[in-house]
Amino acid sequence: MSTAELIFSEPSTTVAHPPGKEPMLPTPFRISRIQREISDTFTVDLIPASGGRLGRFAPGQFNMLYVFGVGEVPISISGDSGDGSCVTHTIRAVGSVTEVMMSLKRGDIVGLRGPFGSGWPVQQAQGSDIVLIGGGIGFSPLRPVIYYLVAHREKYGNICIYYGARTPEDILYRRELEKWRSQFDLNVEVTVDRATGKWAGRVGVVTRLIPRGGFDPFHTIAMVCGPELMMRYAVQALNEQEVTNERIYISMERNMRCGVGFCGHCQYSSYFVCKDGPVFRFDRIKDIFEIREL
Amino acid sequence: MGEIENLERVLREHPFFKGIDQKACATIVGCAANERFDAGEYIFREGGAADKFYLLRHGNVALEVHVPGHDPIIVETLQEGDVLGWSWMVPPYRWRADARALYLVRAISLDAKCLREKYESDHTLGLELFKRFVPIIARRVEAGRLQLIDMYGKSRDKK
Repeated sequence: MSTAELIFSEPSTTVAHPPGKEPMLPTPFRISRIQREISDTFTVDLIPASGGRLGRFAPGQFNMLYVFGVGEVPISISGDSGDGSCVTHTIRAVGSVTEVMMSLKRGDIVGLRGPFGSGWPVQQAQGSDIVLIGGGIGFSPLRPVIYYLVAHREKYGNICIYYGARTPEDILYRRELEKWRSQFDLNVEVTVDRATGKWAGRVGVVTRLIPRGGFDPFHTIAMVCGPELMMRYAVQALNEQEVTNERIYISMERNMRCGVGFCGHCQYSSYFVCKDGPVFRFDRIKDIFEIREL
Repeated sequence: MGEIENLERVLREHPFFKGIDQKACATIVGCAANERFDAGEYIFREGGAADKFYLLRHGNVALEVHVPGHDPIIVETLQEGDVLGWSWMVPPYRWRADARALYLVRAISLDAKCLREKYESDHTLGLELFKRFVPIIARRVEAGRLQLIDMYGKSRDKK
């Protein structure tokens, strides 16, 4: 095994489901807070309805959230892995389940299974510069990484956070972005695809931020999450800056159902995205990522 | 003399002219001038004569498309290190958008008529300029396609 293999091992995969727990059985969770982020996107904080303790999760993992009588959806965790008071998800209302979810109120109960899947390599990346590239709702699975990096700032080199949204009205976590941006030790850039004259920030695709640098490509770990098209161009732009594929991690989106690799709905060539992903080191999936039919 | 030497140094240091040879730079600098635009000022307007292009040294510029009855739509912003304007290379040499300074902008402007005349008689210079502009135009076309696709507009339940 090469040094690179040793340093950049697989993402920090935790167990697919907590030991001793029935993975297909949802646990009731109560909504302790629900907040509208933008017109079609909201954030919910959940606490165990029975009052028990929360399990731990790794940044990048997801839970299956169940609206009783409606259905279940996989949602990435968007909160702080160091905060044991609740589990947080940011959800876009784009289907029957998530639309009902948006109408729920504080105190309502949902089912939760998880956490599932692999996480971002936050520990393996210590000592490196970090580039986070998020697009649209794909920024929310990166938020736990930012919390982690900020909490362990001294262990990392330069940190570049590049976020692309559709319009200024679609920018998630605006207050937090402003706060992070005001820190002297984070390079935070936000760009939108289109805007009107009232917007004084950047306009253009998020991949255009990458050539601006601010990181040492030979000592950088990049984490990318967003629409697959955006990720494809982001990887190209990173490669052009000489960030190699074994230093790039992406979070894949597929139709996850069981969360534990039983059902095969999220099969991605020889992988199950729910179990082997959603976070993959890019060189491991490069060949299948380029297959259009997958 | 000092100002020309200073301009030549600034041209060489700008990412757009990175690695340019001395002869080409000496020719180009004869068409260059320092310019400054205040925040809100229009650098050029759609339909106007594309008689310059700009190397941005400081500040941000919004490229806008005017939509009657609406606020202008910003399709792209450019920053320090970017080059502003390629319409000067393509007949009929008219700007295809408005360019507005979002903040104070400092730039080097290059006289397009002067450059066009020079590269008509010096094809090596013309090739040098086209080789530098074509990748920029290609990147902007690609970026424009991605913006048109509206890739953040669709999503499934995950994330």
